[in-house]
Amino acid sequence: MSDKLSEKRKIKSAKKMRDIMTTYYIDAMTAGQNNKQVAWITSGGPVEPLVAMDIIPVYPENHGAMIGASKMGEDLCIKAEDLGYSSDLCSYARADIACAIVKGGPLGGLPKPDMLICCNNICGTVLKWYEVQARYYNVPLFILDTPICHTRYPPEIATYVRTQIDEYIVFLETITKRKFDYHKMAQVGKLAYEAQLLWQKVLNTTAQKPSPMSAFDAFFFLALIVTLRGTQTAVDFYRELLEEMEQRIKDGISMVPDEKYRLLWDNLPVWYRLKWLSEKFSDHNACLVADTYTSAWCGAIKYTDENNFLDSIAEAYTRIYLNIGVDQMADQVLDMIKFYDADGLVMHSNRSCKPYSFGQMDIMRIVREKTNIPVLMIEADMVDPRNFSQSQIETRIDAFMEIIKQKRL
Amino acid sequence: MIYAGIDIGSITAKAALIKDNQLMGTHVILTGYDPINAGIKVFEALLKKTQVLKKDITAIVSTGYGRASVKFADKAMTEIICHGTGAYFINPEIRGIIDVGGQDSKAILLNASGQVENFAMNDKCAAGTGRFLEVMANALEVELNQLGDASLNADKPLKISSICTVFAESEVISMIAGQEKRENIIAGIHDSAAARVAILASKIKIKEPVMMTGGVAKNKGMVAALENRLGFKLIVERSAQENGAIGAAVLASKL
Repeated sequence: MSDKLSEKRKIKSAKKMRDIMTTYYIDAMTAGQNNKQVAWITSGGPVEPLVAMDIIPVYPENHGAMIGASKMGEDLCIKAEDLGYSSDLCSYARADIACAIVKGGPLGGLPKPDMLICCNNICGTVLKWYEVQARYYNVPLFILDTPICHTRYPPEIATYVRTQIDEYIVFLETITKRKFDYHKMAQVGKLAYEAQLLWQKVLNTTAQKPSPMSAFDAFFFLALIVTLRGTQTAVDFYRELLEEMEQRIKDGISMVPDEKYRLLWDNLPVWYRLKWLSEKFSDHNACLVADTYTSAWCGAIKYTDENNFLDSIAEAYTRIYLNIGVDQMADQVLDMIKFYDADGLVMHSNRSCKPYSFGQMDIMRIVREKTNIPVLMIEADMVDPRNFSQSQIETRIDAFMEIIKQKRL
Repeated sequence: MIYAGIDIGSITAKAALIKDNQLMGTHVILTGYDPINAGIKVFEALLKKTQVLKKDITAIVSTGYGRASVKFADKAMTEIICHGTGAYFINPEIRGIIDVGGQDSKAILLNASGQVENFAMNDKCAAGTGRFLEVMANALEVELNQLGDASLNADKPLKISSICTVFAESEVISMIAGQEKRENIIAGIHDSAAARVAILASKIKIKEPVMMTGGVAKNKGMVAALENRLGFKLIVERSAQENGAIGAAVLASKL
């Protein structure tokens, strides 16, 4: 009976996504044989021009997440430290730099890039990380500099970033020796916009009680909106996933059995402990219904104009969650707490991700002042398990849940 | 009806019994290598001491890092909620708790009905814990329970700047080599640990009156250093070390 129930809870679209991701990585690995070029790009970078140019985008950060989830992060981080990189450096960067050399990780290394596209809207580390890789592979690097917009998007920044979008296109034309196809760009833009809208709708389904999926599922299903944004594949997939979620809501299928408490997660996942954390919260009848991380890939959609895509992405890519002021980040967290009716906020103070973790104490204070919900801070790292202390985190989570339960009495 | 609380810490195991909302007795032993056995031993010793039979116990709550190893408990709860409940049971005026145990230190904020509003714990590091003091006592060849009195005789407390326990130990060793007065080194050690704990208290904006609990509350030098850092007096009960077990027993009565 219980097996049947747990089988029923499984999201059917997961298999399809694995298949799509496998095909995507095979295409990327065999790009050279098919006369295709590969561009490595940061997770927050504008990928659509690459898709329009038929260049295969590859994401070292998505790869980093795979390394973390396959529990291969520690060895690769140690290897990077052997090479002289500090243990304080981001574990995605360490894992990627080491992986390029030892051809390790679950894929045996990423396909060699023909170019690197680095957008610093997510952090400053990517600049040096991509410079290291540009030297290692001896390939050209394009840097898209997106100044932090603490409060607004002034015309100076708008002009500055928009000019770089044009330079980006010239860069791609130079490397590929092909003309940029603006007509195709417009189509890709529409697909990217549509996929983001669908992804937002998928994430919104968890406002239902009980929630049809959890943030742990969102961490998994995120891969397509990151890697295949701008393709029909992503649009079709998210449409199916949305249908499945809507059906689960109709059928009353929840991800967490007997969901009683709803939590919001902040920061990147702890990739090597997804199962443990998921079970830990589930044992308390708590579902992580939403997170600030997976929503970052549709959070700036309000700035995107699908009919004037290239002009609007300058703003959309600049005003993403990690590139705005802490007050604005806190406002988004407060909106999510309300929308998802969260009973608590779990913040992952991520040793690797400084821009994500830096404002957390302020966000925690603002959330405490403006809502009545408990906030938990756990200290860990997204890929390097040496920064995860199980018994301490377990006690924190148990105590946090005791407080939430006490509030309900 | 009689209720029991068992607190298996990283260094000591504690047990407490309450009857009709009154504390009957407590007992403390070293946890040692086997936390399962420590739970049984401390419980049986307390039963013997208070002349209570096992069958007369209505419910048991376990707590502490070894809470899951007390197989005969009805429920396991965290030391945060147990220390909160224990402090409120002893003194319902208490709004803040600073608990410094062997493996971790924490600050807890209570509301007027004794519920935990917020808490902060030390990060993955032994600085500001009982273990930190134990390492230093070993380096100084002083019994752990004599650290407190020794530091009260300091005339010029020294400054330990390393946060890391291992580096702080080498700093202490250099001070010993430099023939610094032992009492002054110990006062410096207490201040270093107190500084770490005081950060936790300010993180949650702790409210007075504040009770100090956990084994380290028995160290007068550490209490003085903390009071100095916090700028207010701490309430230390005789049962400070057993406070978590007392809270667990109170929670057992509410199951």
